[in-house]
Amino acid sequence: MIAVVELDHASIRIGGREVLADASFSIRPGEFIGVLGPNGAGKTTLMRAILGLLPPSAGALRIFGAAPRRGDASIGYLPQLRTVLPDLRIRGLDFIGASLNGERWGMPSLTRKDRGMIEETLDAVGARELANRPLSEMSGGERQRLLLAQALIGNPQLLLLDEPLISLDQRHQEVVIDVVRRVCRERGITVLFSAHELNQLLGAIDRVLYLGNGQAVLGTVEEVVTAPVLSRLYGTDIEVLRAGGHIFVMSRGRDVEAAAHMHDHDHGHDHGHDHGHDHEHGHRH
Amino acid sequence: MATIMATIMATITSTDIVTDMFQYEFMNNAFAAASMVAVVSGIVGFFLVMRGQTFAGHALSHIGFAGATGAGLIGLAPLWGLVGFTLAAGMAMGLLSDRISNRDVAIGVVLALALGFGLLFLHYYTSFATQATALLFGNVFAVDRTMIATLAALGAVTLAGLAAIMRPLIFATLQPELAEAKGVPLRLVSTAFLAIVALAVSECAQIVGVLMVFTLMVGPAAAAQRVTTGLWSGLILSAALALAEAWLGIVIAYQTDWPVSFCIAVLSALGYFLCLAASSYGPRHPSAAER
Repeated sequence: MIAVVELDHASIRIGGREVLADASFSIRPGEFIGVLGPNGAGKTTLMRAILGLLPPSAGALRIFGAAPRRGDASIGYLPQLRTVLPDLRIRGLDFIGASLNGERWGMPSLTRKDRGMIEETLDAVGARELANRPLSEMSGGERQRLLLAQALIGNPQLLLLDEPLISLDQRHQEVVIDVVRRVCRERGITVLFSAHELNQLLGAIDRVLYLGNGQAVLGTVEEVVTAPVLSRLYGTDIEVLRAGGHIFVMSRGRDVEAAAHMHDHDHGHDHGHDHGHDHEHGHRH
Repeated sequence: MATIMATIMATITSTDIVTDMFQYEFMNNAFAAASMVAVVSGIVGFFLVMRGQTFAGHALSHIGFAGATGAGLIGLAPLWGLVGFTLAAGMAMGLLSDRISNRDVAIGVVLALALGFGLLFLHYYTSFATQATALLFGNVFAVDRTMIATLAALGAVTLAGLAAIMRPLIFATLQPELAEAKGVPLRLVSTAFLAIVALAVSECAQIVGVLMVFTLMVGPAAAAQRVTTGLWSGLILSAALALAEAWLGIVIAYQTDWPVSFCIAVLSALGYFLCLAASSYGPRHPSAAER
């Protein structure tokens, strides 16, 4: 069985900084992998390397047994929601339509077949009505579902989802996770799903890939989310508490994941509605 | 306001005045030139607004002013100075990419510098001063047959260039990260687009002047994007609005003896604010409230 993603003593550098150093792991077909780690640990960088945008500086990185190549149609990608222009009134259908063969020169055209394909994928993520809605009127959750539908077009075998839960409230986070899990199980798609918080993903993921301090550890949650492993990855003393089906990763009495999550909200990606996220974290000490 | 409306109504309804208007060659030339320029401006402007690069477009026109006055100084036709300078500046902006072209401050500094140079060139070529007003604010009634041919050729090149890069341009505009991953050469696309904008700005400046390219390049496009959600419907409406505003502006100017660029500017602003109001008070999809 060929691994979907395989790193063999691979190192990845960005501008002199070694984001991953001598990392080795292998992801099997059909696995749902939660990608976690502190900010700047290289979650986005790893995905960009898999996409062929960033060659490893040492070692080997293989995708379906071959070197990564830019524009690989077997990979679906959902980048971090950063550059969707807030005032854009273009409807969902044309937004996704622009990405079909978007790398080819010439004028855009949307055939009946393309249209059918877009509507079919929107159906799969339960978002048919977004085809005719302008982007500027979609909520964060709706946009993520639109982008997810887009990533699924062309039947990819590997899906890279970069922080798809960012700026979503608890309810919409659960919807996104459920949709990804359902669609990818049905189609046998391998998923790399990066997130700040482990707990929402606990019921959905097969294994977790934890990044930090230039290292990468892949394994089950029981194997990886432990005090010794995480202390090494965070480069500080980490305590791991398990309570009521939740796992809390603590550093000096503070929840490191919640802190990172809050930090992200400071940058204002959300649309000001009901953030249910870490309410239950407030009274656990 | 009442007199303006009365003038407009009288103008539109009176066929006598329309046939009267077309007796003059300068009026026919004005309509021909304005039609071509309006369509090119409306279409290129649509992408300029979509990409959020309107300020870069404005800066290009100011740089073009320095080019046009500089060309006058060394005895060349202003249009070629305009085209040369805006093309060079547009491509430089594209190559410097994110570092310059999307930074308002950097663009503002370059814009002011360009106007300064324009002034310096005027200072040394004083007989050129009468043409300066035409450059700054346009003079569509002075367009001759040769200029129409030139504008047609420039317009054809501009639209052909846009057609060639349209698909990756839209993709790169909407989702740059994904477009990069799928193999779109982002820098090449954005440089080519700014070169196309430079050509469109040069054309547009011939009709409404460098200070007022917004009236045809930004007003109609921004208005169209307020009331449409489809790509093609938006493009067509943008071009149609630009065309209607240019035509009506010329008619009003002919009747009232007001400057053409003023009339087009008023119509452009009117069109934008009407569309803005229509989209703000128009029907909204109910489930938008669900967020």
